[in-house]
Amino acid sequence: MAAVTTSTERSLNRLAIVGVLIVTMIFLAPIYWIASTAFKPRNLSTTIPPTVVFTPEVSPFVKLFTKRSQLRTPPTPEEYAAAPWWERMVFDGGEKVVRDGKGNVQWSGYPSRFMNSLIVAIVSTILAVGMGTLTAYGFSRFKVKGEGDLLFFILSTRMLPPVVVAIPMFLMYRAVGLNDTHLGLIILYTAFNLSFSVWLMKGFMDEIPKEYEEAALVDGYTRMQAFFKVVLPEAATGIAATAVFCFITAWNEYAFALIMTNRRAQTAPPFIPSQVGSGLPDWTVIAAGTLLFLLPVAIFTFLLRNHLLRGVTFGAIRK
Amino acid sequence: MTSIELRDVQKFFGAVQVIKDMNLKIADGEFIVLLGQSGCGKTTTLRAIAGLETIDRGDILIDGQPVQNLKCSDRDIAMVFQSFSLYPHMTVFENIAFPLRATRMSKADTDNRVREIAKVLRINDLLDKRPSALSGGDMQRVAIGRALVRRPKAMLMDEPIGALDAKLREEMRAEIKRLHVKQGSTTIYVTHDQIEAMSLADRIVIMHEGRLQQVGSPTEVYARPSNLFVAQFVGSPVMNIAPAEVKSSKDSAEVGLGGGQNFGFPSALISQLDAARSRSGQLALGIRPEGVLVSREEKKGYLPVEIHLIEPLGSYDIVDLKVGEQLLRARTRSGYVERTGDKVYARIDPEQTHFFDTASGNSLGVRL
Repeated sequence: MAAVTTSTERSLNRLAIVGVLIVTMIFLAPIYWIASTAFKPRNLSTTIPPTVVFTPEVSPFVKLFTKRSQLRTPPTPEEYAAAPWWERMVFDGGEKVVRDGKGNVQWSGYPSRFMNSLIVAIVSTILAVGMGTLTAYGFSRFKVKGEGDLLFFILSTRMLPPVVVAIPMFLMYRAVGLNDTHLGLIILYTAFNLSFSVWLMKGFMDEIPKEYEEAALVDGYTRMQAFFKVVLPEAATGIAATAVFCFITAWNEYAFALIMTNRRAQTAPPFIPSQVGSGLPDWTVIAAGTLLFLLPVAIFTFLLRNHLLRGVTFGAIRK
Repeated sequence: MTSIELRDVQKFFGAVQVIKDMNLKIADGEFIVLLGQSGCGKTTTLRAIAGLETIDRGDILIDGQPVQNLKCSDRDIAMVFQSFSLYPHMTVFENIAFPLRATRMSKADTDNRVREIAKVLRINDLLDKRPSALSGGDMQRVAIGRALVRRPKAMLMDEPIGALDAKLREEMRAEIKRLHVKQGSTTIYVTHDQIEAMSLADRIVIMHEGRLQQVGSPTEVYARPSNLFVAQFVGSPVMNIAPAEVKSSKDSAEVGLGGGQNFGFPSALISQLDAARSRSGQLALGIRPEGVLVSREEKKGYLPVEIHLIEPLGSYDIVDLKVGEQLLRARTRSGYVERTGDKVYARIDPEQTHFFDTASGNSLGVRL
């Protein structure tokens, strides 16, 4: 249905679009900054005013993934000529790629930190959303004694800045040997996200009419089957939204990752800035690491975008 | 062959008793309508039979077997909800096939059964659509299809057409009747709409405040209401109820409705009324609008009354007559009385008159 618009409304609409564009640009500016820095030559990364036009290069990414050391003496022309293209980039930056005794290239710490981030974020998201969905279903459908108090208790875990408990958590983790383990971080992030997941999912569960399950029950299914066959598909939108939020929280978490891990289970957020400290900071490498770090969240959100849209389930219940 | 029986069923929600001593026997193939206002316990009764509510006392028997402790999936009963409750993430076909999948029926058999029932319900061309793409009537057909496809022991319907508009409701009513005649399954149908109840039911069960008021065929319930509640709930326009004063002489009797004017009644009623009166105090007279006879000319036994209001309803008019301080609603031929304020003559047809004990509300059973 085309609504009638007046000329004032039209100009207001145009103004609104301009406003939206400005806000979008403000939000995208840091991302542009990171992305452009990730492809800059090192000497252009800290110029004032910032360099906008430059020839992009991939040397920051090569440096990101390789272990390097400072060159005492420049490479001989033979050495330089024999090196593959990416190694020359490292030479050009006054560094060399570290190789082991057999001549194999040594990886930097980044890939393993990235994998750690993926493992911790994915597993903790699955756990938080899974448990949150079941808990929310229970609260939404059954009479739970002290429901209000319990829900408040669950929420109360969010009422203080998490870092407040960092020291006691660190001591407890050290005592039980969870320091610097994937499991430790997974438990921590699951616990953080659970309250959020329960509350968000409860809202979604409450909105799913209980007639659906009742229909499934009289259609000959058990409650468990009804939950999986009817409630879960209906809750897909809510589950997707909750999963995105939980994933982002776990993925971006910095403080606990910094305190609780140092090598084996360290995630990318505390690792990336640690690169600042060795020698002169190479901002291009940090930018490259940050840019790659942004991708999984963007991909994850993009994959779930259909489920994030409301209205898929509209109109099958008459009220 | 399915019979259903409720024995002394009681149900509480907290301190509130929503079903009180419910006793009911439903024969195989019968179409029973539970009729009552919202909150009278009819839906709770239905849900208890389905197994969606537990009962606190009593027995629910299906084919003589107590089922009150069985899960709903084990009772083999189908239900159609007011909201239809079609699964939005499934197509019409999948919706109808859903109960069959629970029984792990083979793919070919499922396919056959779904198409068979879709044909009966005339929804074969909708099978690939999603519920959100259907009209209200089609949604309801799908919901009925989903209920029937399993060939359940009994069908329960909770105001299945309450959400539809008036015209569609009439159409679907006829369709439900047609289906019942064809399938012959024992059906319990809940509604607050008495027209729906009258037109569909083999027997109507009228409930009020959790208590069963009367069970009987539509004609029986209409013609012989067992108490004031039933009398006023069944029938449209509503039955006239007025406090009555009975004065008897040797060979005639008069019933006054206040205001000094008395309607004459045959003396045959007197002895019955006298006997009934000795048991109870105050009487109430009930007469349906078609039992109030109106005449433009003065006739024997007719009292002069004033026309207070005329409601033309097309095929007939409903006329409010002022009798003393009482208003009596009468049903007349359309256009028979012309203006409000006119004087006409009216009498109460003794054969259609009901007498109730005001205190208990029960019918005295006094009939000519």
